[in-house]
This record gives sequence, C-alpha cells and structure tokens, in this order.
Amino acid sequence: MKEEIKKALILGSGALKIGEAGEFDYSGSQALKALKEEGIETVLINPNIATVQTSEGVADHIYFLPVTPFFVEKVIEKERPQGILLAFGGQTALNCGVALYKSGILEKYGVQVLGTPVQAIIDTEDRELFVKKLDEIDVKTIKSEAVEDIDAARRAAAELGYPVIIRAAYALGGLGSGFCDNEEELTRLAEKAFSFSPQVLVEKSLKGWKEIEYEVVRDSYDNCITVCNMENFDPLGIHTGESIVIAPSQTLTNSEYHKLRALSIKIIRHIGIVGECNVQYAFDPQSEDYRVIEVNARLSRSSALASKATGYPLAFVAAKLGLGYGLFELKNSVTKTTSAFFEPALDYVVCKIPRWDLGKFHGVDHELGSSMKSVGEVMAIGRTFEEVIQKGLRMIGQGMHGFVENKDLNIPDIDTALKAPTDKRIFVIAKALNNGYSIDKIHELTKIDKWFLQKLNNIYRTSGELESYSCLETVPPTLLRKAKIQGFSDFQIARAIWHDDTEHIEQNILKVRDWRKTLGIVPVVKQIDTLAAEYPAQTNYLYLTYGGTTHDVHYLGDHRSIVVLGSGAYRIGSSVEFDWCGVQALNTIRKEGWRSVMINYNPETVSTDYDMCDRLYFDELTFERVMDILELENPHGVILSTGGQIPNNLAMRLDEQNVNILGTSAKSIDNAEDREKFSAMLDRIHVDQPRWRELTNMDDINEFIAEVGFPVLVRPSYVLSGAAMNVCSNQDELERFLKLAANVSKKHPVVVSQFIQHAKEVEMDAVAKNGEIIAYAISEHIEFAGVHSGDATIQFPPQKLYVETVRRIKRISREIARELKISGPFNIQYLARENDIKVIECNLRASRSFPFVSKVLKINLIELATKVMLGLPVSRPEKNLFDLDYVGIKASQFSFNRLQKADPVLGVDMSSTGEVGCIDADTSSAILKAMLSVGLNIPKKNILLSTGDTKQKADMLSAAKLLADHGYTLYATGGTYKNLQENGIPCELVYWPSEEKQPQALDMLHAHEIDMVVNIPKNLTVGELSNGYKIRRAAIDLNIPLLTNSRLASAFIKAFCTIDVEQLPIKSWEEY
Amino acid sequence: MQHEKNVTLILDDGSRFQGKSFGYDKSVAGEVVFNTAMMGYPESLTDPSYVGQIMVLTYPLVGNYGVPSREEAPNGLSRFMESDRIHPEAIVVSDYSYEYSHWNAQCSLAEWLKEEKVVGVTGIDTRALTKLLREKGSMKGKIILEGDEDIPFVDPNLENLVARVSCPEVITYGEGEGKKRVVLIDCGVKDNIIRCLLNRGVAVIRVPWDYDFSTIDYDGLFISNGPGDPNMCETTVSHIRKALEGTKPICGICMGNQLLAKAGGAKIFKLKYGHRSHNQPVRQIGTNRCFITSQNHGFAVDNGTLGADWEPLFVNMNDGTNEGIRHRSKPFFSAQFHPEACSGPVDTEFLFDDFVKLL
Repeated sequence: MKEEIKKALILGSGALKIGEAGEFDYSGSQALKALKEEGIETVLINPNIATVQTSEGVADHIYFLPVTPFFVEKVIEKERPQGILLAFGGQTALNCGVALYKSGILEKYGVQVLGTPVQAIIDTEDRELFVKKLDEIDVKTIKSEAVEDIDAARRAAAELGYPVIIRAAYALGGLGSGFCDNEEELTRLAEKAFSFSPQVLVEKSLKGWKEIEYEVVRDSYDNCITVCNMENFDPLGIHTGESIVIAPSQTLTNSEYHKLRALSIKIIRHIGIVGECNVQYAFDPQSEDYRVIEVNARLSRSSALASKATGYPLAFVAAKLGLGYGLFELKNSVTKTTSAFFEPALDYVVCKIPRWDLGKFHGVDHELGSSMKSVGEVMAIGRTFEEVIQKGLRMIGQGMHGFVENKDLNIPDIDTALKAPTDKRIFVIAKALNNGYSIDKIHELTKIDKWFLQKLNNIYRTSGELESYSCLETVPPTLLRKAKIQGFSDFQIARAIWHDDTEHIEQNILKVRDWRKTLGIVPVVKQIDTLAAEYPAQTNYLYLTYGGTTHDVHYLGDHRSIVVLGSGAYRIGSSVEFDWCGVQALNTIRKEGWRSVMINYNPETVSTDYDMCDRLYFDELTFERVMDILELENPHGVILSTGGQIPNNLAMRLDEQNVNILGTSAKSIDNAEDREKFSAMLDRIHVDQPRWRELTNMDDINEFIAEVGFPVLVRPSYVLSGAAMNVCSNQDELERFLKLAANVSKKHPVVVSQFIQHAKEVEMDAVAKNGEIIAYAISEHIEFAGVHSGDATIQFPPQKLYVETVRRIKRISREIARELKISGPFNIQYLARENDIKVIECNLRASRSFPFVSKVLKINLIELATKVMLGLPVSRPEKNLFDLDYVGIKASQFSFNRLQKADPVLGVDMSSTGEVGCIDADTSSAILKAMLSVGLNIPKKNILLSTGDTKQKADMLSAAKLLADHGYTLYATGGTYKNLQENGIPCELVYWPSEEKQPQALDMLHAHEIDMVVNIPKNLTVGELSNGYKIRRAAIDLNIPLLTNSRLASAFIKAFCTIDVEQLPIKSWEEY
Repeated sequence: MQHEKNVTLILDDGSRFQGKSFGYDKSVAGEVVFNTAMMGYPESLTDPSYVGQIMVLTYPLVGNYGVPSREEAPNGLSRFMESDRIHPEAIVVSDYSYEYSHWNAQCSLAEWLKEEKVVGVTGIDTRALTKLLREKGSMKGKIILEGDEDIPFVDPNLENLVARVSCPEVITYGEGEGKKRVVLIDCGVKDNIIRCLLNRGVAVIRVPWDYDFSTIDYDGLFISNGPGDPNMCETTVSHIRKALEGTKPICGICMGNQLLAKAGGAKIFKLKYGHRSHNQPVRQIGTNRCFITSQNHGFAVDNGTLGADWEPLFVNMNDGTNEGIRHRSKPFFSAQFHPEACSGPVDTEFLFDDFVKLL
C-alpha cells in the first residue's frame, strides 16, 4: 500500500442524469468504504444530496459543490489531500480529473492520482489516440475519422460509405451520437455533436453485430482478471445502456469467449489501467471477427451491473488496487477465505433490462439508437433465460406481467416495429410470435440472435399450452411447473386460464398460488457465492428461482428479522432518494439489534449491496414474490414506507394476508391513497383542498368547469398517447386533449381538478408516532404551483413564508397525522396563497425530499421513523428548522439533451431525472451553487429572452434590468422586446422562427452567439412544434443553458448578478 | 423433442435427483464430479481426463451454441475438439437448450450425445448436487433410466483409465528437417497440447503411456494430462525416472505434473472433490505473478514429499495445493493446470514457449 496517502479526495458524479445514474453512488460508496478500511481520511465532492455516499459516516468531509475544475481546485486548496480518485464518479469525475491534470492543478498541489494514470485515461477517451494505441498491439478498432468541422465529417462519411455513426469525443453515454444513413442526417447530427465537443468521430456502422462487454481488472503488478462478460440481447446499434443485457454471454463458444477475454487483458495491459475498466466489442455473428468499440477507463454502469451480477465488488477492489495493493493480497469478499484474484463462476443467469420513461415527455422520439434514453434499469436473476427475462419485464414496472399475457399492444406495422427498435420492441416480438412470424423472420428483422428468440418462443408456446385449459385443476402439474420454471407469475397463469376475467383477477391469483402450493410447486432460495458452490460461503446475497429443488439457506423462524421493501427501478419520480431511505432503515434496524432484510432488484443501488443488510433478496417486489419471501423468512414485520410507491401499493394486499406491516396501518395508507376517502376525511376535519371531481362525460366536465373555472388539471384514467396529466386553460384545449389524447367513458373516468395559479407550494416532510408529529421539515418551492414538486427548486428552511402560513400548515399536518394515526414517515404537499392553505396530496411514506431535509436539518428523519416503526421510544429532536442559520437549495437535473425532440418545458408531470442539494448562508449563494451543479453556466455576454405572458413578464422585469445593469446584452422576441423597451431596459429585437425577418433567434443560437436562453411558455399547454418549442429545443440540442420558469430564472439571475463565484465559501457539510 | 424419459441420478450416499434424459437413453455409472466452467462443453466432453466420470456442469444453461463439426485437420487432430470422441459417461445439467444457434454448429448437443451413445440429463438442481459433492467429496453415482433395471456403482479410479485412453501406437506430427523433436507421453492427451507444441515449430512423437521412449532420439519430453489415479501409471513413472537422470528438458501438464513429481519421489493424494473449472487462481512461487487457469484434476502432488532436488513452482491461491513443480538445477518443470486451455483461459500458454526455448 502507498503509505504516503493519508487523505484522499474522491469525485462524485453529481445529479442523476440519463447516462450517469445511481451506479456511481454505489461505486463511490464502495470506494469510500475501501479507503476507510485503510484508515485514510476521505474527502468527497458531490452535490447529489440524496445519495448514500453523501451520508454521515461514509466520507469524513463532504462538499455539496459542483464537480467542476473550479470548485474541485478550491477544495484541494483547502483540504490538501495527497491522493485523488477519478474513476468512481462516472464521466463527470473523469472529465474533471483530466482537466485538472491538464491545467497542472494536480501537480501544483502535489495530488497523486490513485489508480489508472491520467495519460491512460486520455488514451482511451481521445478516439484518435485510442485507435493508435490499439494499432500498436494489432487490436482491431472501428476505424473512424476524427474531424473538426462539418465539411470534414461529410468527406469522411463519403469515404467510409453510409451508414455511418457519429460520436462526440469526451461525451458521456453516447451523448451527441447517432447513426446516419445519408448526408442530410449526417449534417444534422454532426452539428449537434460539435456543440458537445470540438472533435467528432465518423465511423463505419456495424449494425447487426453482437455486442459483448468484458469487465477487466488489473493491479500494479500486472496481474489481470476478467470479472464478468456480458452479451447484449439487442445487437450493435443500440447503446449498451439501452440494451437488454445478459451475463454471462450465452451464444459465445469457448474459443470466442476466450479470444475476447485474452484481447481484453492485452488491451488493459497495454493501456496501463490500474483498477477496473470495461472493454466493449462488436462481434461478427458469422465468424470470429471483432472490433473494439470502446474502453472505459473507469467504473461504469456495466461495472456496477457486473458487480451485482457476480458478487465481485469491483469498485471496492479497484479502490484498493489504486492504493497499490496486488489482487493476490485481497480476499474474495463473499467467501472471505479465497483470493480476490479469481474470476467468478456463475451458476445462474442474469438479465438487465432498461427502464424508459418516454411517456413522460411531449414529442420525444421513442426509437432507440446509439444514444441513451433510459432512466433506470433492473436486474433479474434466475436459472433459465425464460425465468430472468420474464422476471425482468415485470420488474421494469410498466404494467407488463412478463413476456406474455400482457395487455394487447397497438402496433400498426409489426415489421417496422421490429426493424426500428423502440422501448417496446420485446413486446413487439411477443406480438409477432402471436401473429405467426417465424423465428427466422423475426431474426431477419431484428438481428437478435436466434438463441434468444427461440427461448422467447418457448415462453410463447407455454402460454399457448396454458391457454388451452380453462380450469386450473386440470392443468397438468408438469405444465404448471414448467411455466414457473419459465418465469410465469401466478398472474400470468391466472390470465392464461381465466382470460379476461379482470374482475376476479386478485382472487384468481390467490387460487393459482394456493393450488400450486398444494402441488409443491414453490420457488427455492439460492445464494450468489461467486464460485458456483465450489467453496463454502456464508453469503447473504440471495435470489429465488424455480430452477432447483433445494434451499441454500436455513431459516431460524425466530421472528427477529425485519424486511424492508426497496424502491425498484429508478424512474422519473423515484430514484436514489429512496435508496437512501432504504439504506437508513436497514442501518437503524441493525443498530437496534434486529436482522435486516432487503428486497430490491435495482443494480444501481447501495441498498442492493449485500454488505448493507443481513440478507439481501435480489428479487421482485411483486405481491407474489414478496409473499414467497415472507413465508420463508417469517419476519417480525415489514417496512413499506421507505421504498416509494411500489411497496406502498402492496399495503392492502399484504395486510389481507395478515402480514405485520410496521408503522402506519394499511387501512390508513388506503385512506390517504384513495382520492374519495382522503377527500371525505379532509372535509370531515375541515381542511381545504382544490376542488376536484371524477367524471365520465363531457357534459358533466363542462358543468364542473363552469363552477371552478379554467385552468383545470385533467387526469384521465386511460391515456391513448402522450402524458397522463394535462393542464387545460380553455375549452378548446380541454376538448382537444380529451378527444385526441384520452378517452372519457363510464369505464374510463377522468379526474378534473381546479388548478390554482400563482400559489406557493409548500412541503411538509415529517415523522409521526401514533398520530403525533415527532419531527418535521417544512420547505418551500421557488417556482409557483404548476411545476411538479419533483421538478421544482426547493428551499429549506423556507425563506419567504408568512409565519401564519407555517402555523396553519403545522396545524393541518397535525390533524391529518392524528386522523390517519400515522406512525412513520409522511409527506403532505400544500398550496398557499395569501394565508389560504389547501392540501394537494398526502403520502404516508417517505418522500423524495427526505434525504435533502434530513441532511440540511442534520436530523435523520428515516432513522427516527424506523425507530418509531420498531416500536422504540423516541424523543422530539431538540432543534428545529427555525434554528438553522443557513439555507439548503434542492435543484433538479434535467436530461432533455438525451431525449431527442422532447419539449424541455416543465409542467404538471415530472420530467427531471435527478437533483442536487447545496447549502450556503443565503438563498442566492445556495441557488448559485445548486444551478452550477446541475450544469448551468454563468453566461458571458448575450442572453435571449422570451418571458411569457403579462404576469410572467412583470415577474421577470427586475431580473432583466439586473442583467442589463451588469452589462449583459439582451436579445428579445417581439412581446418581450416591447415590454423591456417600455420599461427602459435596453435590448435588441430578434425574430421567432415563424417570422420571416432578420435577425432570427434560431440563427443566433446556431451561431453560438447566445450564452443563455430564458424562454417562458405562455401557458401550460404544450403546443408542439411551436415557436417556443423550436427555440427551447435548439437551446438543448446546442447545449446552451435554458430556463423556462420565470421565478427560477429570476432567482438564478439575481444570484449570479449579485454574487461573485470566486467569493462563494468552500465549506464542508460538517462546517454548517 | 421434449418427450424425454425420466431418469434418476443416485449417489452412493443414497441421495437421489430426478431429471430428464436428453442424450442417449441408457443407465450408466461412474464417478460424479462437478465442473464450474461457464462454457466449453464440446471441449470438456472430448477431454480424455473425464473418462469414467459423470460430469455435472454448475452453469445451468448448456447446449446454447450446439456442437461444431467433428472433422479432422490434415494432421489427424480434431479441428474443434480435444479428441475424437466423448469421454465422460454422462453429462448432467440444469437447463439443456433444445435449440441452439451458432454459425459454426453442425448439430445439437443432444444429437451428438445420442450418436456417441452418451447419457445427458437435464432438469437437475446442479447447485444442490454440487454442494453435496463439495461437502462429501466426489462420489460414485449412477443414472437409472425409468423402467431400467438397477445397475451397480462403479469406481473408475480402481481401473487404469490412462491405459483406456492412451494411443495404442506411436504417432508423429510435424516431422521436418532440422526440427526439434519432442516425445509426448500420451496419458490421455488433449489435442490442443499437441497443437500448442506444433505451433511452436517442433515435431511431436506421441507415444503410448507405457512406451519405452528411451529408444527414440528426442530433444525434449512432454508428459500429458490424463484421467484417474496416477498411481496406476508406475510404468510411465519408471520411464520418466530414467529420463530424469539426463538433462533433456521435461515438461508436464496435469497428470504429467503428478507423474513427474512421483518420478522425483513425491507422493500424490486424492483431493476431496478436485479442481474442475476455468477460474482457478495460481501464483508463481516467490513472485507476484498470478494467473487464472483452467483445471481438471482430482489428485494433487503433496508438496511436503517433494525430493530435495525439487521445489514447488506454482501454488493454488484458494486452497494452497500444489500447482506445479520444478527441478532446482535441471530443465524440468510441470504445471498442474492446463496452459493449453481448451476450454478455459489462455493466460499461461507461455509455458509452451518456455519449454520450447529450453530445447
């Protein structure tokens, strides 16, 4: 070990975004654990306040600051670490590290890079250097030409021949990349790619080749191992983050597997990696020809997956190797006796499936390609391919029950849908099989290896066999067992037998469950032990399968364990914050002397690290699987309230099975979740709420709107296309939405709510015991109501609420807590206008903001809530939010740059993918840090303004004046120009795309003459392809900072105009 | 398809596992051993070291890429396999893949097993079976086809298995003007050992296990892998002992390591359940060099019994057992693992270079 390292700095990856998500919380947490074990003092920079790595005790000093060279240098200057780790915070940390190296900062402060040397990183990141490097050892790469302007790109493409692929150098997760079939497409894509990077690569497309990855580890003694290989179900052409991935590879022979393995080792040695890296190959399906696609000289999404898939803690080991250890000096952390120098042998198969949330966005392109769009992923473990794919398709949580027995998809043209992959393609394959397509034909259209298609066909055939029975008892037990081995859920079996009897589906599921149990058809619990049972392992890393006859674990039946249900796949609205909540619950359970048990299936999380609990079931969170586990585990009780909405939705059904739900009762949960019941309760305790009604025809809707007035929020129960919720400002919009996008009928009622404008939104996060509030945090949105609470910028403690408002909110919260007899965490959202308070919704579980308020308040609300749920005595914390002499700002991270064509505007549906939380002495300083953390820059000179309707224009006026006063040049479109002129603010007129005059706003954007765009939509309705859309989309595509909310824009402008970034205090969390 | 017969796998401790036959329908007996490799079933099945054994694969999905052509190359070696036939008595898996997909496949695993009259069993909880073998050690076992008469257990280690798989007569490969000549003692050699030698430009004279090669003019001696108990090969050991008196380079692999050790005076013992996998970590003694190796052996050299002239060369990093020896002064060395891989990692193929350099 390197003795000179006493203090080390580790860079996090910042807010979760598409292409850079929870996997880096896991990697960073593991690295910090490894450093701590060596007695090294750790410093972490990561503004992502919802992560586990930024929790007390994980790192010694935590800075909630942007991971940019500017701030990192400041922290280095202050902390003076001897070492820095760049490989654990994704591309963000890597890019920042390379910049610090190139600018000589690391050398200036004598900071040693631990692990892979920066030159090796540069060799893998710069395409030209990379190709040259691999040429030196005769390893084939995809020949590409690095070009620096569009003409050169066109020339290169013509030489290579179309189709070609375009990539931006130094970009994360394939940002700014794509396939081009012709010059027109090339021009469009290249322009976008150049906005991300000065260098763009044009290369020959190898669409249809297999895509294979290896995770490789090397120590400073030149010892190498490949921990895992993975095969993409989807052939080359779909970004690996968008592909269904299987580990280990399934269709490679020994010779192919080891050819690529040996190449991986050759490459990692030549490049000089110390730690972990990932090698991606394109592999010819008709020979042993290959190309290296890329090498990631850092922990990656795939390495997190590989760690979970094999039980080999890659990040932990990589951190130790960075400190100079040899692999032979480390132990296998699962067996604890054998060496860490080994390659895991799996005796199961795992399948990763991405989770998309494209339905949340207006106008977004659903086609998958070389750039990532998915927001999360799941991993299924089993002993047949059929089992894991069906498990996985349930886990992604988009209403599907597996590969078959789903609601019918409306696919107008199956051939096209097979050829041009979308987020639904796997279900299109099911539909194609159902329509009589042969395996060969599907292969021809999709290029998916026939082996995978044959396995899917097995599932399809079994569903057909089941459907031929109409009585459960007559289904042969061997068929029932086969179905379970192929991953059929009780639901799928019930649907196959009773078809569309949706009315009795819940009873039917239980019938299937009872019947198969009497036949002895039950799953077994298996361990993941890294060595395929060759060595004894006391591992607690478990999964359930029907591909076996014997359990690996013994059950004590002492009722001393407590099961915590996790939050499942990260998706928009539910991500790392619930992982934090789950981990806090597990920690508390352990601390209080119980055994902690976690059920979750998200490979990007810390809660699925088998070190975090006494038992980890890496498995489904369906009623069926949770019951399977509870029946075996026989715990003292189950905690549902720290895993977001998925566990909460199981409350009633688990309660019916007499499961001991710890904390708030299932009945209370139902009373809060059921709109009717909740409303009735609010009326009973005289608490106001926006008026709403569930309606089934247009006349009733019109009548209700006549009472409450426009705008209204419309939530159909059945959506044909687009987002589920919409705000309608007038009759025309209402009719358009209800006729085109939704369906109103007795069967499909619509909930219409009064939509209150210009109201503040206030959140109450609290913990209660037996209906009495123990601790609480009230926070305030910067934006007015109408922006989803998950997208809003939140300040805590509130800075601009009337004392009266706060008092009323506390009183109402107390009444609700009492009425629902809450024991545990809960969250209530309020609207406040003047001192008029209305309740929007109430969740009897932890909310997204729990980690943020817990960390700002420095009171762990989940620990407190868990103690309540364990029935332990708790006392009210001594301090409260009014004692804080600083402010926390939670800001949202958007990933619109990944979501081609999506309108980057905020509305009632959530669209952010992550968040940061920054702390400072006042709101403006904290806002500045937070906005810089989510990727905004302080504009240099030119700002384009279109400030919305009259009210919003008025809101923006003082900010515009501030900009002008600070020497910014303002460009404004028609109405805004007039408004600014009238108010004496100098500005220049530019034209909308629809106006055929010069100068055109769009041209200025394309010429990179604008440093920031403020574009406030006039109303909350989405006018696709409108002027505003074109400007907003161009800003996103050209990587120009964009603000679309007047209150947030004003706050940010005020912050950067009044505060000098140089003067921002560099203080760690513990210093506040 | 999928109308397979039920079979029962019975171990000599009385444990029973129910499965389906997917290969040739018959009842067989043998020593039950497990292999944790995740691919390479065509290579494993044609590895003569598995003769007499019932091979359990811990990786559940088997048969995915079918079976390649069994054609021979012009030199008489198999092109894609390790010998010209299947050696184990049976293969036991969890989830046989009835359909396969690979450009180089010519038939399915089931078709091949049937053709060579070898038993295949699927639907077994191979993890549970492996744990049993790990705890109790390799066991005798038998597979009884539904409706068949019971058959007795068989302990293949009581038989001279090497004699069963060794070549009946001398075969030469790659002879040519000025080429170095390597005598290869065939105790059940895998074709890839021969290929690895030929690729390095030497001629190979493959001799039967009990052949007195002292009559041949050669530059180096190579002792191959092979099945069963090395104590059955005293004839070979005595031939090797004679060669040890000289100074011509000697190299051994697997059984070859054990026979060389025996010739040098060491003792061999039976491992509880052996090493059969692609992920065995091995360290070169006295260095920080570590290798992932492919292994397939049930016996091991007892380091404590090595003669004064010998020292261990490699050690298994998991259980500390011997993985190779070398002579302190003469050019003799051997490896317990398989540098020729096939199947498995190819990281130690340099040992062939080391050997050829010595010639």
